[in-house]
Amino acid sequence: MAEDKDREELALAEFHKKIKEAFEVFDHESNNTVDVREIGTIIRSLGCCPSEGELHDLLAEVEEEEPTGYIRYEKFLPVMTKVLQERRYRPIPEDVLLRAFEVLDSAKHGFLTKEELVKYMTEEGEPFSQEEMEEMLSAAIDPESNSINYKEYITMMVIDEN
Amino acid sequence: FKAATLIQRWYRRYVARLEMRRQCTWSIFQSIEYAGQQDQIKVRWNESGLPLALLSSPWAAKPRCSKGDFLDRMFTEERFHQDAEMEKYSDYESIEVPDSYTGPHLSFPLLPDHATALVEAFRLKQQLHARYVLNLLHETRKHLAQLPNINRLSTCYSEEITVCGDLHGQLDDLIFIFYKTHGKKILRTLQDVFCWLPLATLVDEKVLILHGGVSNRTDLELLAKLNRHKIVSTLRYKMRKENEKQAEEKRKANQTSSAQAPTPWFLPQSRSLPSSPFHLRSDKAHKTSRSSSIPCGAPLERKESSWQVQHSVGLELERCQQQAAFPVILEKEEPLLLTSKADDVAGERPEPTREEWKQVVDILWSDPMTQEGCKANTVRGGGCYFGPDVTEQLLQKYNLQLLIRSHECKPEGYEFCHNRKVLTIFSASNYYEVGSNRGAYVKLGPSLSPHIVQYQANKATHMLTMRQRQDISMNDFRKKKLQISRVEESALRALREKLFAHSSDLLDEFKKHDADKTGLITLNDWAAAVESVLHLGLPWRMLWSQLVNTSMDNALEYRSWLEDLAKEQLSHENIQSSLLETLYRNRSNLETIFRIIDSDHSGFISLDEFRQTWKLFSSHMNIDITDDCICDLARSIDFNKDGHIDINEFLEAFRLVEQSCSEGQASDCPQSTNANDSDCNSSGAP
Repeated sequence: MAEDKDREELALAEFHKKIKEAFEVFDHESNNTVDVREIGTIIRSLGCCPSEGELHDLLAEVEEEEPTGYIRYEKFLPVMTKVLQERRYRPIPEDVLLRAFEVLDSAKHGFLTKEELVKYMTEEGEPFSQEEMEEMLSAAIDPESNSINYKEYITMMVIDEN
Repeated sequence: FKAATLIQRWYRRYVARLEMRRQCTWSIFQSIEYAGQQDQIKVRWNESGLPLALLSSPWAAKPRCSKGDFLDRMFTEERFHQDAEMEKYSDYESIEVPDSYTGPHLSFPLLPDHATALVEAFRLKQQLHARYVLNLLHETRKHLAQLPNINRLSTCYSEEITVCGDLHGQLDDLIFIFYKTHGKKILRTLQDVFCWLPLATLVDEKVLILHGGVSNRTDLELLAKLNRHKIVSTLRYKMRKENEKQAEEKRKANQTSSAQAPTPWFLPQSRSLPSSPFHLRSDKAHKTSRSSSIPCGAPLERKESSWQVQHSVGLELERCQQQAAFPVILEKEEPLLLTSKADDVAGERPEPTREEWKQVVDILWSDPMTQEGCKANTVRGGGCYFGPDVTEQLLQKYNLQLLIRSHECKPEGYEFCHNRKVLTIFSASNYYEVGSNRGAYVKLGPSLSPHIVQYQANKATHMLTMRQRQDISMNDFRKKKLQISRVEESALRALREKLFAHSSDLLDEFKKHDADKTGLITLNDWAAAVESVLHLGLPWRMLWSQLVNTSMDNALEYRSWLEDLAKEQLSHENIQSSLLETLYRNRSNLETIFRIIDSDHSGFISLDEFRQTWKLFSSHMNIDITDDCICDLARSIDFNKDGHIDINEFLEAFRLVEQSCSEGQASDCPQSTNANDSDCNSSGAP
């Protein structure tokens, strides 16, 4: 039992170190605070893949009572530690992602037209902003056919990551 | 609709990770830069202008200090010299201009025609003779010394005023070039000139332009009345005393005999970017806002270019001020070092008050922050962080609309903050690396609404492409992605080099964590060890996967890792690795030093000169390198075995310079947005 406890403590220490590092990257003034707009980036880079709604909830937990525009490390650490311990917001496996695209591709063409993708991404789910949409298109779209071969797109993005 | 949400979720995560990578890369460059600022080296000269001794900065031998300390350390550095010596060094009249000289001749007072001719000459890649440079500097200094501390400009003389930010790299080239001609004299005069540049500028009494920022005690009226003669001459006197004391001690320690102790000479830190041909940048921004290529004689012109010069030497001024040991604003308001020394010499010189000191440091060193309030700037070691309330207060007090400052590199070349009341403008594009950031300048017309122009030098074509500020276009994301990976690769390379440069220390640290002598080190320990040696404050755990190649999840065979690092850098197996480590660690200084040794500017130094320099270098850096080793090194780089070393080849061979500096490279031509403007400004390096 004692061993288990040690392992738990070690794991906890690991999490703390990871969180601290990620936090410090955006702590420009070295005062243990980051701009609230960077929290999403920090959380995502720690291996989590929350939806915007889930992110919003997390933010509510780490913000001050009176929102100041920045988040303090003291508040962020415990919340984030729990998230990591509970393995919440796991990243999406490639095949699940592929299936999601296939669902949108109702005619089973193997690709989505630009209009289709734009419609889905900006009208459904948690809509993209104009900027996000343009960014996604610029990398995904095949300029000749004006369509998105999603299988290739996913593969390319995954390779990019690694 | 679940499918859509899923895709969006995934995509947003991808973007976030990209952003994290970008930010990490930025941190790498920035921390290496700040750390590098602590490693400055000085050369001591004897009467005949030969290097007598190389002085390392006092902290080089000690363990690296944290970011916040570095200004503090600068205290004990001095650089100023007496007025009499100043006169001696700016004695340009004694310099003969040979008949063979074909460049422009200057006479003072300088008429607009002369200025035009000068610019034309530079465009034709001619050089200005050292005598005229000194003369020019001398006159400039005389003129500037009379100027008020706060410059006032108005848009009613011309349509526009252009403000640019730090130009960094270009200035190094400028100084470099100066150094290679009549060197010391020009450099000293130049540095003296910098001290007299106005501290701030007001445009139409509405826009305040300064280098750094403000604090809650910034007082423009006090600044305007500040007597800089007081500050500068006091510093000189004190620093000379300090220097003499140090010289005495050094002399006793080294038993170096010399007729008199020459003033140690401060070398500007040459950046690791390749030295490019000298560009007359101070004209560039100015030209792109005008359709004619000839500067007009309007009084505004002079002020405009002096303003650009000020920002372009902003960093150098910083260093001057640092060297002048401006006091550090400490959190707890501890007594300032300088004021305690002031007691010793009280009564001999008029002392600037503490308030005056702080004013100047604040406007040179402060950075804006998002939170309200005003606190000490511990990252820089001087000045403060000022919040939107401080800005608001200041602007209201003096009825100002906007604060423009530089001092911080921004990815887009500019950034608004504090409710668009503060604009940071940074004009050195690709500051850290090709593709790292855009540069920008801002134009102000009579309406005083800022119009930003961004640019970025494109290495492939040596062209500056301009673009107006606009929303991100379709192709930008792809480009951004590519750029991020390229810049990242470069940052990692720089980091690996730095790691290599500290191999011995790292090995010691690793061993400490490996009591059982397994040869392995865990990720945690590795991160701790690396940070304790390098003091860069980087997210090492995140960088682990990119810096370390290991089959094990959480452990590393550190010896072979260090060997791999060495193999990456090494190009000559017969060179002792500790020697190479030293080379890399002091890379930014080495190039400068070697170019100084090359006193006839031929690009070659003799083996003897090389060995002598190296010996001095190693003894003062406390490095144990045998004579044989140095001989080996010298011989191995004497590629044609003729007893001379080609400096460029040397630096390239050890990859101390990223790429060779080809003389007379293609100039940077801004493709301006004005139809009839396509000026090219360049001047060949000597």
